[in-house]
Amino acid sequence: MIADAQTVGQTVGQLDATKPDATKPDAKSDSKAGSAQPRGAALIRATKVSKIYTMGEQSVRALDAVSLEIAAGDFVAIMGASGSGKSTMMNLIGALDRPTSGTMSIDGRDIAAMTSDELAEMRNAKIGFVFQQFNLLARTPALRQVMLPLQYAHPRPANLEAIARQRLEQVGLGSRLDHMPSQLSGGQQQRVAIARALVNTPKILLADEPTGALDSKTSEEIMVLFKDLNRDGITVILVTHELDIAAYARRKITFRDGRIVDDSDQAANRVAGGVPA
Amino acid sequence: MTFLDSLRIAWTALRSNLLRSILTTLGIVIGVASVIILVAVGSGARSEVEKQIASLGSNMLVVFSGSSRIMGRAAGAGTELPLSETDMAAIRDKISGVVAISGQLNGSGPVVYGNANWTTTISGIHADFATVRDWPVVSGRDFNPQDLRATAKVALLGQTVVKQLFQGEEAVGATIRVKNAPFLVTGVLATKGPSSFGRDQDDLILMPMTTARGYIVGKSQVQNDQVGQLYIKFDSLTDLKDAQEDIEALLRQRRRIQPGEEDNFNVRNLAEFMKARTEVLNTMTYLLAATSAISLIVGGIGIMNIMLVSVTERTREIGLRMAVGGRRGDIMRQFLVEAVTLCLIGGLLGTALGAGAAAVIANAAQWPVLIAPSVIALALGAAAATGVIFGFFPARRAAGLNPIEALRSE
Repeated sequence: MIADAQTVGQTVGQLDATKPDATKPDAKSDSKAGSAQPRGAALIRATKVSKIYTMGEQSVRALDAVSLEIAAGDFVAIMGASGSGKSTMMNLIGALDRPTSGTMSIDGRDIAAMTSDELAEMRNAKIGFVFQQFNLLARTPALRQVMLPLQYAHPRPANLEAIARQRLEQVGLGSRLDHMPSQLSGGQQQRVAIARALVNTPKILLADEPTGALDSKTSEEIMVLFKDLNRDGITVILVTHELDIAAYARRKITFRDGRIVDDSDQAANRVAGGVPA
Repeated sequence: MTFLDSLRIAWTALRSNLLRSILTTLGIVIGVASVIILVAVGSGARSEVEKQIASLGSNMLVVFSGSSRIMGRAAGAGTELPLSETDMAAIRDKISGVVAISGQLNGSGPVVYGNANWTTTISGIHADFATVRDWPVVSGRDFNPQDLRATAKVALLGQTVVKQLFQGEEAVGATIRVKNAPFLVTGVLATKGPSSFGRDQDDLILMPMTTARGYIVGKSQVQNDQVGQLYIKFDSLTDLKDAQEDIEALLRQRRRIQPGEEDNFNVRNLAEFMKARTEVLNTMTYLLAATSAISLIVGGIGIMNIMLVSVTERTREIGLRMAVGGRRGDIMRQFLVEAVTLCLIGGLLGTALGAGAAAVIANAAQWPVLIAPSVIALALGAAAATGVIFGFFPARRAAGLNPIEALRSE
């Protein structure tokens, strides 16, 4: 636990060092307000990224020359109706797919040039996924669910069980290590999924409609958990179409027809000389 | 992902569809079981046939008279010309490579000792019989030429007769009555076992040829120097085919058979005859081998089918594994391990079933069961290979899935 926190802290610190004018990460105390989060250099940088799907004769331009930067340590909500391109953007941020054109870099590496094995390793080491339907493995106890990303890690850590147990304790499920998904409530299942997403100490937590299958009270608990994790330094990217869920994020980016039509940071980016959306 | 991880995942997946998994392995079970039966029974039967060939006596020819009857001609008794002592002497003198020769003149009748009686085969033999037939005397003494010259009333008993008459008493030195004549038991023969036709070869008594001709085998039917059938043992350098032709030529000449006329005798190499039975066994072996190959192929197709279903059912799981960092190779290995595990379970069940069936067959046929560890290794190897071959295509399909589409599937 302590070691993990240090790792995250170090990473953020390093990023800060490369960008001297960035806010120092001592701003943890005022994070309750949800504004003025500590942010480092761009963890994700998309430059004129397009994604075109071809189905027979027709080709669909899901993303149209989108440029976007997401800073390390940020809490971002990506919004939009279905077909707006937000899911395509999420797939690119999650290193699940490569852009058709443009450059897409995650933590300084361009994913367009990567092999599928390199993408898999990138996802394993840097990105934690949380899904709407939890996507837990059937008939597998919670502890083993959380161990899964560690099993695919290179190099494979020796103390898988201990790490996984720690993560489950972190999400408040320390007493449910041996429970099967069918023995857990929806909120608990999503917590297992979050523990699984965190187990490799990723830089990015990518959540796709994480509360879509939960009631409002459980949704709130999950969102508070995300907020706490963000406060501890992890970059959280939330894909949702619900405004009240997006409200937990510091920055909101709205997609329509494959372009960004609204970005709450637009003004700030202009001031900092960033890429216009 | 270590091999143990893959194995655990495979086991969880197979157990969650237990009935389906068991039904799927049936083809493999049958295939492997038939491999086991094939080898166990096949080698058991083969060793049995080899034992029977050895029990006939090695490097041996047998001469029968009266082949006309065997050929199905309606020949009366007069047309048969029995083999005689002079025929025997001629063969011994003129055919090269003869080590030992003996006649065997068969009759049958009751044998009595005390209150016990038993009807058995009574054979007159020459002194070389034990050598020719590789049939030693285990207690007491064999006949000597003196016994033959003296027409001695002495007998050697087969094990079955000893058991029937003496019931644990000492047989050697006892006096038994054969067709009401008293005979001294000089020795007991070694156990020979059943013949290739299932006849109990130990159910007989032997006496000197001269005695048998004179007292036992109904004098009136017997020519003065008849010897029944002739057993001839050759040295190991002699080609039995040549010897067989030489004997045929000699006997045709002695019996004045004109060219073109059929033989009224028959020279046989019984070992050759037995070898024909091995051929039958080989045919059986090939049939069983074909059965197991077909079962393994059909079983493999069943495995492939179920693995494809499994890949479809678990598309989301595959997507998730890819999302959390599973590489194509990891996914491929996982499904291959699953197919091989399924096949190996089938292989183990098949081994148990096959061993059981082989034991039952061997027990019914009184063959020894021979299940060598190498046979089990072979059968399990065949099962594992089936898993790899037929699991490859489904595994490749799983590994080739697009993670985004896989995650989105229902």
